[in-house]
Amino acid sequence: MSIKVRYFASLKEAIGRGEDELAFVNTVSVAGVWVMANEDKARPDNILAAVNMEYVSFDYLVNDGDEVAFFPPVTGG
Amino acid sequence: MQVKIVEQAFDPWQEIQQFQNSAQEMSGKFGATSVFVGTMRDFNEGDNVKGMSLEHYPGMTEKQLTDIVAETKQQWSVIDVLVVHRVGDVFPDEPIVLVAVWASHRGDAFDSSRYIMEALKSKAPFWKKEILLTDAERWVDQNTDGYL
Repeated sequence: MSIKVRYFASLKEAIGRGEDELAFVNTVSVAGVWVMANEDKARPDNILAAVNMEYVSFDYLVNDGDEVAFFPPVTGG
Repeated sequence: MQVKIVEQAFDPWQEIQQFQNSAQEMSGKFGATSVFVGTMRDFNEGDNVKGMSLEHYPGMTEKQLTDIVAETKQQWSVIDVLVVHRVGDVFPDEPIVLVAVWASHRGDAFDSSRYIMEALKSKAPFWKKEILLTDAERWVDQNTDGYL
């Protein structure tokens, strides 16, 4: 399976990149995606996750071709 | 319904007029229009702010806003909705967001526009980075509670 991972705003700056492409064999949760992509960096407590542009919890299981996004609390309006 | 993300300064009153002129099916039907315009201040948290940069997640932003408006239409009797939101570099006095709701009666117009605005604040993936008068930059880390 392969997925795209995207980061936004202050999280993108902290990580130093806007996206990753990940390939994996076993089923993985959104929390697992973070660990695969950022093994040396703890996941900040306040970040939110989306899969294919819908909010999900961190135990959501991703599928082949999904776009997973991590970002800080939103501040529009 | 119309949801627009714009990269240039916009005039909310002109947007409302254009939308209303083009939505001929509303003619004679609406008795209440509720409008919220969010504008950039030149201060925040005790500091002078000279500008901000608004980032968003293209695609998810439109999807979330469209979903919010659809939920609103299920909950209130609303004729039509216009949402416009700026991205990019914004300066004090420039509008950031416009929410306009047309309904037959004021209760639906008032309550649904408030709902859309609060839902936008908590769900639509926009992020503000402020540029202070000192040229220091900082991310806004959370929105204030609109009901306080």
